Amino acid sequence: MARESLIEHSLLTVEYQTVNYVTGPLIFVENVHGVSYNEMVAIVMPDGSERSGQVLEVSGDTAVIQVFEGTQGIDVDTTRVRFLEEVAKVGVSVDMLGRILNGAGKPIDGGAPIIPEKRLEITGSPINPYMREQPADFIETGISAIDGLNTLVRGQKLPIFSGSGLPANELAAQIIRQARVVSGEQFAIVFGAMGITHREAAYFMQQFETTGALERVVFFLNLADDPTVERLLTPRAALTVAEYLAFEKDMQVLVVLSDMTNYCEALREVSTAREEVPGRRGYPGYMYTDLSTIYERAGRIKGRTGSVTQLPILSMPDDDITHPIPDLTGYITEGQIVLSRHLHRRGVYPPIDVLPCLSRLMNLGIGEGKTREDHRAVANQLYAAYAQGRDLRRLVAIVGEEALSDTDRRYLHFADEFEKHIIGQGQVGRSIEETLDIGWELLSELPMSELKRVREFIDKYHPKAKESGASEMGDI
Amino acid sequence: MIVGTLSKITGPVVIAQGMTGVKMYDVVRVGAAGLMGEVIRLEGDLATIQVYEDTSGLRVGEPVESTEGPLMLELGPGLLSSIYDGIQRPLPVIASQTGSDFIARGTVVSPLDRERLWDFTPAVEVGQEVVAGDVLGTTPESPTVTHKIMVPPGLRGRVTKIVPEGQYTIDEVVAVLDDRYEITMTQKWPVRTGRPYQRKLDPTTPFLTGMRILDTFFPIALGGNAIIPGGFGTGKTVTQQSLAKWADVDIIVYVGCGERGNEMTEVLKEFPELEDPRTGSKLMDRTILVANTSNMPVAAREASIYTGVTLAEYYRDMGYNVAMMADSTSRWGEALREVSGRLEEMPGEEGYPAYLATRLAAFYERSGRVLALGSDERVGSVTMVGAVSPPGGDMSEPMTQNSLRVTGAFWALDTSLAHRRHFPAISWTKSYTLFLGQVRPWFEENVADDWAEVRERAMFLLQKETELQEIVQLVGPDALPETEKIILEVARMLREDFLQQFAFDAVDAYCPPKKAYWLLKVILAFYDAATQAMSRGVSLRQVLQLPIRDEIAGLKTTPHDEAIARMQEMVTQVADDIAGIEVL
Repeated sequence: MARESLIEHSLLTVEYQTVNYVTGPLIFVENVHGVSYNEMVAIVMPDGSERSGQVLEVSGDTAVIQVFEGTQGIDVDTTRVRFLEEVAKVGVSVDMLGRILNGAGKPIDGGAPIIPEKRLEITGSPINPYMREQPADFIETGISAIDGLNTLVRGQKLPIFSGSGLPANELAAQIIRQARVVSGEQFAIVFGAMGITHREAAYFMQQFETTGALERVVFFLNLADDPTVERLLTPRAALTVAEYLAFEKDMQVLVVLSDMTNYCEALREVSTAREEVPGRRGYPGYMYTDLSTIYERAGRIKGRTGSVTQLPILSMPDDDITHPIPDLTGYITEGQIVLSRHLHRRGVYPPIDVLPCLSRLMNLGIGEGKTREDHRAVANQLYAAYAQGRDLRRLVAIVGEEALSDTDRRYLHFADEFEKHIIGQGQVGRSIEETLDIGWELLSELPMSELKRVREFIDKYHPKAKESGASEMGDI
Repeated sequence: MIVGTLSKITGPVVIAQGMTGVKMYDVVRVGAAGLMGEVIRLEGDLATIQVYEDTSGLRVGEPVESTEGPLMLELGPGLLSSIYDGIQRPLPVIASQTGSDFIARGTVVSPLDRERLWDFTPAVEVGQEVVAGDVLGTTPESPTVTHKIMVPPGLRGRVTKIVPEGQYTIDEVVAVLDDRYEITMTQKWPVRTGRPYQRKLDPTTPFLTGMRILDTFFPIALGGNAIIPGGFGTGKTVTQQSLAKWADVDIIVYVGCGERGNEMTEVLKEFPELEDPRTGSKLMDRTILVANTSNMPVAAREASIYTGVTLAEYYRDMGYNVAMMADSTSRWGEALREVSGRLEEMPGEEGYPAYLATRLAAFYERSGRVLALGSDERVGSVTMVGAVSPPGGDMSEPMTQNSLRVTGAFWALDTSLAHRRHFPAISWTKSYTLFLGQVRPWFEENVADDWAEVRERAMFLLQKETELQEIVQLVGPDALPETEKIILEVARMLREDFLQQFAFDAVDAYCPPKKAYWLLKVILAFYDAATQAMSRGVSLRQVLQLPIRDEIAGLKTTPHDEAIARMQEMVTQVADDIAGIEVL
C-alpha cells in the first residue's frame, strides 16, 4: 500500500449506489471494481450523514462491508458507498496524551482536533521474532499481590481475569493512577475501553481528573451503546498509538484494555452475521488468531528503548476460567491475575486470588538492581505459606482447629493475615520495598525453621533477626 | 506459465479464476505484491488458495501466478543454526533485507546463504556407480556436525565428474552422473511428502531426555513419538525447551508453531548462548529453529509443522538421530480448522475438519528409526514430541484424543501439580508409554539388571500414595496405621527428591539414567529399612529424624559422578542407620 499516507481519499473516488442486501452489521454492494480486502469505506446515508465501514470480503463484483456505526437507517435505494482506497488507519501524535478519543481515534472531549504526525495502519505487522528483545525490568503497579507475587515486566502481556460484579475497573483505575517505572524513564498509559457503560466511563474520567493521571493517558472510549463493530477497531487503534509512543518516541507504554469479553462478543456478532461456521460456544474458529494479533503486539524490540506492556481485563462469564475467552487468552498471554468472588465477598480489596495467578516473566523483572535481592525468595515463601494455610482451612472445616499443631495454627493465622494485609491493601499504593517488608513482617510470625526458602536473607531482613541478632536462630 | 486473476478474497483464503492446469498444493504468487500461497482446492478453472501472508489490500482482478510446483524446501549445508519462519524464510535475513523490525509482506529471501564457501571433501571417484542416498562428499557444517552430500532420491548412475577437495558454494556443481545429471550441494524436497528410506526399523534405544520422570517412568525410543498435553501455565514450553536442550540426539529441530513471540525470543536468545552438554560447542550448532508466532499468518503456521519434519528427515537420511519438538500442535490443528472454515467445509467435532485424524496420523507417522537410502546402510531416526494445548485443560477434545491414537507416549501435564509448584508438572498417574518393552533391554544392559524392578516398585509406592491420599482427605492422616504413614513419607521423598527437577539448576537440569536409578535405589532402601525397623517397634518419628534424609534431598543437585559414588555407599548406610535406631 505505497500510497501517500496523508491523503484521506482520492478526489476521483467513485460512489456506488448498488447496496442490495443488508443484514446485521453487514451490507452487500454489487458491481464494484478494484475494491481491496480490508479497505475502508464511507457510507453516505439517505439523509446525507456519513458512516464508516470496512470491506470484509470481495467476491467477483460484490463487496461485503461491515458498518461500524450499525446499519439502522440504511436502505438499498439511496444509500451510497464510497471506497477510500486505504485500509483502516489512525492518526498518531504525542499530543494524544491527556485526550479522550472514541473507539476509532477521534477526539470526543471537546478539545482541539489532533494534528497527526503520522497515519498508521491499525492492524500493524507482526514483530519479527528475531528482532524481539526479551522482556526485562519491572513496572510497579503499586498493588502488592501483583508487584510482590506476580510481577509485571516491561514487554509482557498479563491479563486480569475478572467476573461480573468484581471490582476489575476499580483495580484498573488504581493501576493507571499508580503505575510507574522505577528507573524514571518516560512512562505513558494507553487505555482502550471497549463496551463499558456510561457509569463506568464516568468513574474512570472522574478518577483520572481528580488525580491528575489523565495527562499521561491516551483514553480510547467505546461505550456499551456505541456500535459493536467499532469495538473491533478500538484495541487495534489503541495499540497502534502505543507502538508509536514506544518505538518511535522511546516511551515505556502500559496498555490497559477493558473489557476484552466485550471485544470477543463483537467478534462473535460479526462472525454470525457473516454466517461463518461457529467454533466453541459460537465464537469463530479464528478467535485465537484474532486475539493473538492484539496480545502479541506487546513486547520490546532490539535497539529501541521503548516497550509496550499489556494489561488486558476480561470478565469470565459465570466465573468459568475454561470459557473460550479466558482460555484462549491464557494460552497467548504470559500469565494471568485472577480475581476471586470469595475474597470480594469478604471485603478484601483488591480481591486477587494469588494461587491461580502466574507471571511467567516475573524472573526477568526482579532481583537485585531491578527490585530487591530477596524478592524471589520472599515471593516463594509467601506463596508456599499461604498455600499451606489455605489447605489447612479445608482440613479445619472437617476436623476442627483443636486437632491442629501449633505450627499449623500459625499457618492458618498467616493465611488470614496475608489476605488482610498483603492482598487487601485497599486504595493505597505501595512501593515494592513496602510490599516486601510487609511480607517479612507476616513471615516473622511463622517459626524460623519453616522459613526454608528465605534462609539466606533472614539475617538481613527478618524483623526479629534484625532486632535481636541471631538469638532466636536456635529455633531452627 | 499459468496466470489467473483474483476473484474472491476472504481473509487468508482467496479464490482465483483462469487457473486451468494448476495442480493441487502448487505454490502460487498472489497479487501485485507477490504474496506466497498454496492451492488447496480446484473447481473448474477456479483455484482456492491459502495465502501465507496477510491479505489486506488485495484486490479482485489482481494477477495470480503459478510457480508450477508444490511448497519445497531447499536442503543443504547452512540449515543448522538457522531461524526460519513457517515457509523456510530466514528471519534474520528478512530483518536485514527489509530493514524493518516487523515482517513485511511479499519478501522473497533465499533459505540458504548462496555466497558462503563450504569445504567439500569428495567421497566417490569417477566411474563409480551410485544410487540415491549414496554419499558423494562431505562438508563440515558446524564444529560438531558433518553434512553429507547425498545423491537425491530418484537418481542413480555412474559418476562422470566429481570436483576435487576444495571450497565451493552451494550453487556450484560438485558431481555429474551419467554426463547428464548435475548435482550441487543442495536438493529440493516438497514439504508435504515424506522423504523416502529403505525400510523402517524397530526402535530399541531410549530417547534420553535427562528428565527423571520421563527417562525412568515413561521412556520413549529414538524414532518414537510422544505428546505433552496440558492447560496453560502447566509448563509445556519449559518441558519442550528442556528436551531440546538436553535430549541425547545429534540434531534438534524446534518448531514454535503459533505460540508466544516472547517465548520464541527466549529460545532465540538462550539457544545460541547455551553450551551443548555433549560436545562443549554451542547448542545452536546442531539446532534449526522454525518460528511462526501466533500473530503471524495462519496458513504459514499450518505449513510450519511440515517444514520442521522435512528438515528433520533430511538429517535422518544422513544417519543422524534427530529430535523434532512442535510447540504446539494444537495451534496447527486450529490453523487447519480456520482454513477449513473459510472453505465452508462440513465441520466435524468442535468445528475441526473431519480429516483432522488422517492429517495427524500422517504427520506422526513421519517419525521413526529407518535404514536410509544409499548403499552404506546408514541408520537414522526422527523422534517427535508434540505439545498439545487442550482448551480449558479438557483432554477429551479432538486434538488430544486423535493425537493419543497415533502416538506412543502420553506425558500429561497436570494443572494441580503446577499450582503446587511441582515441576516438571508431569502427572505420574495419568501418563503412559508404549515403548517400555522395547527399551527395557537397553536399560537392563546399560544401567542395572534390576532397573525394571526398581522402577516398578517406585511406581507402586506412588500409586499407593494416591489411594492413601483419598483416605487422608476424608479422615485425616492420624487415622492411618504407621505402615501406611511411612508409604506417604516415602512417596513424598519420591515426589520431592526424585520427580521434582529444577530446570534452572546447573546440575539438576540434566540427570543421567544411572543417577536416576541410584536415587530410586536409595529411597527404596530407606523404605525397606524403615518398614523393617518399624516392625520391631521403632516409631515413624524416629526414622524421619535421621539426618540422612537431608542428604538424600541434596543428592539431585550434587554433581552426577560424586552423587552416584556416594549413593552406592548410602544404600547400605541407610540400612545401617535405621537398624541402629533403638526402640524407645
